[in-house]
Amino acid sequence: MPFGYVPVEQRTKEMADYARKGIARGRPLVVLEYDGGIVFVADNPSTHLHKIAELYDRIAFAAVGRFSEFENLRQAGVRLADIRGYSYGREDVTSRSIANAYSQTLGQIFIQEFKPYEVELCVAEVGADGAPNALYHIVFDGTVLEREGYLAMGGQSEELNAELQRGYEQGMGLDAALRLAVRALRQAAPEDEAGPRREVAVLERNRARRSFRRLTQEDVASRTAEPTP
Amino acid sequence: MRNPFEGPPLHSPSFVDALRAYAPELLEPPTTAGAAPEVPHATTVAAVRYADGVVMGGDRRSTEGMTIAQRDIEKVFPADDFSAVAIAGAAGPAIEMVRLFQTELEHYEKIEGFPLSLEGKANKLGQMVRGNLGLAMQGLVVVPLFAGYDERRRTGRIFRYDVTGGRWEDADFHATGSGARDARGSLKKRYRHDMDGTSAVDALMEALYDAAEEDAATGGPDLVRGIFPVVATVTDQGYRRLPDNELRKAAERIVDARARGEG
Repeated sequence: MPFGYVPVEQRTKEMADYARKGIARGRPLVVLEYDGGIVFVADNPSTHLHKIAELYDRIAFAAVGRFSEFENLRQAGVRLADIRGYSYGREDVTSRSIANAYSQTLGQIFIQEFKPYEVELCVAEVGADGAPNALYHIVFDGTVLEREGYLAMGGQSEELNAELQRGYEQGMGLDAALRLAVRALRQAAPEDEAGPRREVAVLERNRARRSFRRLTQEDVASRTAEPTP
Repeated sequence: MRNPFEGPPLHSPSFVDALRAYAPELLEPPTTAGAAPEVPHATTVAAVRYADGVVMGGDRRSTEGMTIAQRDIEKVFPADDFSAVAIAGAAGPAIEMVRLFQTELEHYEKIEGFPLSLEGKANKLGQMVRGNLGLAMQGLVVVPLFAGYDERRRTGRIFRYDVTGGRWEDADFHATGSGARDARGSLKKRYRHDMDGTSAVDALMEALYDAAEEDAATGGPDLVRGIFPVVATVTDQGYRRLPDNELRKAAERIVDARARGEG
C-alpha cells in the first residue's frame, strides 16, 4: 500500500462530514408548497446577496451554505436555462434537467476536488395548467431528493423539518404557509436583537410567464401578523 | 453547445457573451457570397411620446417583392416589462434579433438581480444592429425602433437606429420602414407636446393609415377580417398591448372622417 493512501470510505466520510459541518453553520431556508404556488423563506441578513433567485419562467433556485460557491452555480443555471430556451423553446426548459446538471456538477466536485462544496440547493418548478409542482433538493455530494410539500435546508434542518411536518397541510394558503415558515425559523434559530431580516419570494402559479416574485419585508410582516381576535 | 457548468466561470451578465462562450453556433450568421434572395420584409412602424410614456405601433403587412407575403405579421414586441421594440426590414433576421434582445434583457436582470437602465438597453440593441451589418450589406437590412419608460427619469423615451448600429434619441416621435416618410409627415401635423394617451393612440393610428395610403408595402386596417395594427403603450405601469376592439374604434373613426371628406 503506497504511503499516504486513504481508503475511499474514509475519504468520502471525511469529505461528507466537512461539508455537513459547513452547511450546518449556515442560516436555514425553507420551501413550502401552498395553494397558489411555492414560497421560499430564508434567514438572510444581507439585502444584496440573495439566496433565492429566478432561474426561468416557472423555475426558481434557493441555496444555503457558502455564497461564493452557490452563486457560481446559480449563474451557470441561469445560463443553461436561457441558452436552452433560446435554442429550443421556452417550454423545453425544465427543472428536471437543471436539477440534473446541478447533481452532475456537485457529484464531480465531491469526488475530484480538494474540498467539497459546502452548499445545498433547491430547484423548484411551479406546475402550469394544473400540473403538479416539482421540488428537487440537491445535496453537496450530488444526491438529488425529490420532495413533496415542504423542505428545509441549512442549519437546524432536522428540527425545522420536524416542525414543518407538524404544521404542514396540503392546499394551505400563502399567509398560513408564511406563518408556519416564520414560526419554524424562529424556533430553530434565536433571533438577533435587531430582528431578523428575511428573504421571501414566491413562484405564483397563475402568472402568465415569469412567475417569480419577491415579497417585501412589510408585505411579509402584514401577512404573518397573527389575526386579532 | 458546451456545458455552462464546466470550465472557468464566466464573469459577464450578457447573454450574447454566454452564447459566444458556450454556443457560438447560435450567434454567427452564415456567411454567403453575393446578394441574398428575396425574403419577406416588414414595413412601417412608429412611436410617439406622450404624457404618461410612449405608444408604439406597426402595420400588419409583410411583402416579398411585389407580393404580399403575410397580412397579419406582428412587428411590435415587448422587450421587457418597461420597453418595446418594433422592427422594419428583413423579417427573418429582425425577429431573430428581437428574440436575442429579449433574452439579453431578461438574462442581465436575472444574473445581476436588477434590470438594465433604459439607456443601457438602447445601447445593447445598437450593438445587435451593428452585428447584423454583414447581412445588411447583402440586402438583409434590419432597422429597429426602441421605446420605453425610463423609471429613473420618469418619462417615455424613443430611440432610432441606422443600419450601422448608430443610435439617436427622438424627443417626440419617429417612424421607420418603407412608409415612414408619410407616417412622420402625418405625425408632424398631429403631434402635440404632452398629449394624453387617447390622442397619442389616435395620432399613431392615423399616421399608419396615411402611410398605408401612400406606400404599397404598408397595410391599412382590415375591417373585414378584423386585422388592425399592433399598438402597445409603455408607462410606469409597464407594457400593455391595446385590445383589438379599441383599435377597431380608432380605425373606424379615421375611416368615417375620411368618408366625410376630412383628413
